[in-house]
Amino acid sequence: MRQLGSLVRPILEFCAALGRRLHFLVTSLTLIPSTLARPRQFVEQLFYVGSVSVILIAVGGLFVGLVLALQFYTALSRFGATSSLGGLVALALLRELGPVLTALLFAGRAGTSLASELGLMRATRQIDAMEVMAVDPMRRVVAPRFLAGILAMPLLAAIFSAMGVLGSYLIGIKMMGLDPGVFWSSMRHEVRFHADLVNGMVKSLIFGVACSLISLYEGFHARPTAEGVGQATTRSVVISSMAILALDFLLTSFMY
Amino acid sequence: MRPIRTLEVITGLFVLLGVAALFYLATQTTNYRTYGGQSYEVKAFFNNVGGLHVGAPVRMGGVTVGRVTVIRYSMKRYQAEVDLLISDHYDKIPADSTAAILTQGVLGEQYIGVSPGGAPTFLHNGSTIHFTQSAIILENLLGQLLTHGGHSGK
Repeated sequence: MRQLGSLVRPILEFCAALGRRLHFLVTSLTLIPSTLARPRQFVEQLFYVGSVSVILIAVGGLFVGLVLALQFYTALSRFGATSSLGGLVALALLRELGPVLTALLFAGRAGTSLASELGLMRATRQIDAMEVMAVDPMRRVVAPRFLAGILAMPLLAAIFSAMGVLGSYLIGIKMMGLDPGVFWSSMRHEVRFHADLVNGMVKSLIFGVACSLISLYEGFHARPTAEGVGQATTRSVVISSMAILALDFLLTSFMY
Repeated sequence: MRPIRTLEVITGLFVLLGVAALFYLATQTTNYRTYGGQSYEVKAFFNNVGGLHVGAPVRMGGVTVGRVTVIRYSMKRYQAEVDLLISDHYDKIPADSTAAILTQGVLGEQYIGVSPGGAPTFLHNGSTIHFTQSAIILENLLGQLLTHGGHSGK
């Protein structure tokens, strides 16, 4: 009987962990209207989550575009199909690489800062103090950061993809000497507004929810020690990255 | 008056940048606007359009002069009906021109190639291209080759 119990226990614990996160998600979502009523905090968080990531995201997007164009160019020139370089790069960026790489960079840049900030607030008993003062920390601390994360992600993904397109333009036309007309028309020909651009943005919105949720949850429930904060930060990156990649597979198989 | 905070300005700039990037992607990389500038519409009927799809270029002598906007099946003529949007720069295409569905390279995109005729009248908005050549379906060609064996084809 005890052996059976030790077998069942991990499963139950897993279910409980999932349930706690779902509860956290639902609570954060229901608090969004009250966050919008006090936009000041939300704008502040949008700065810390979004604006500070722009440089990283823009440089990342530019280099991904450069590399993609170089690789696709050499591969396509073997088939004499370099005319479809533009369309191929834009599709790869808008559908997959834009949302996914942005989310991974976001998890490393903004997710860790969210997790360690909340973890430190927990460790220095600021969250307990709020509860004592009858201030709901979910409403005051978590909800504005959650909403900011959700909104920042698609905007960052759009910046990433736009910079990637710029990078592929630099390689394709400026360096390899492709015809600009062919390059842009193949892009416009291949990429569809709804199926590609809108679906990519929906993807990154969902990544924004997952990424912010995981980082905030790990930080909020960190063990109140220096070690605990470190562990929470590490866990937020690991779990976010895995969640993003798994979700990406699921969403892609549904969308396309 | 409340002082303007740098933080709020930078956040606003971030949002603007993101929206601008989104707008750029929507207008520059997608076929949201199919064909810019002034244009007119011409119809053509084909027995078989093969793998032609909406947005495919219409070319004359290799130069893109327009795009395919609609492909539907006409129940009156029992043929595929294709609408072509042609730029106003090219408004002197003879009315007896021929439209053919061609393939770029071996595995390339299908497009509509228009070869000019010699009529003194020109195609205008709403007119129809009467001389058309359908897409060559590789399977049919192969089938004909197999059934006819080595004897003279057709």
